Amino acid sequence: MSHFAYLLILAACLLGTLPLEIVLRVGVYRQWRRLALTLLPVLVVFGGWDGYAVDRGMWTYDAHYLIGVTLPGRLPLEEALFFVVIPICAVLTYEAVLARRPGWARR
Amino acid sequence: MTYTQLALAGVLAAAALDLALLRTALLRRTAFWTAYAIMAFFQLITNGLLTGLPIVRYDPRRIVGWRVVHAPAEDLLFGFALILTTLSLWVWLGGRGVTRAGR
Repeated sequence: MSHFAYLLILAACLLGTLPLEIVLRVGVYRQWRRLALTLLPVLVVFGGWDGYAVDRGMWTYDAHYLIGVTLPGRLPLEEALFFVVIPICAVLTYEAVLARRPGWARR
Repeated sequence: MTYTQLALAGVLAAAALDLALLRTALLRRTAFWTAYAIMAFFQLITNGLLTGLPIVRYDPRRIVGWRVVHAPAEDLLFGFALILTTLSLWVWLGGRGVTRAGR
């Protein structure tokens, strides 16, 4: 079970924010094209940045908590998924704030 | 290069994207800061798990050494850059009309 630790944390993030889409109806997943176009550059840039950091030994991962799939660039799969899940949560949170306080969108 | 330098560069790049390139000005919106505060709170929890278990280990020579609930301060900067970049892109795309599921 420990090998699923990182994945479970990510799954919990998605499950925890799901009510924002379903109950608060912020419509983020509904705008899947907009979401995909947002996530792709973020994944590429931050995934690359992360890969660079790992390559330079700035941090390391404990294999005990990972499922063991490594992407090109020494990035664990979970880390790449991190750059998909966290941005999704950020967008959901932002849209939820706007849904409750539309006036706060003003610059 | 250290994680500190990398994280600071990331924050500056994200700010440049938001204020100069895409001009989404998230940094000037209450909604952004509110959303970021909420995300930061949860980041401390998830980061606490990631660095506390630890799933991730940091080279002490590459970080400043300040930790917030186990996680290096640099992680907060990194997270800030990630969230700002994401939301800037999201808002920008929305302004360009990429909102409906079919478009």
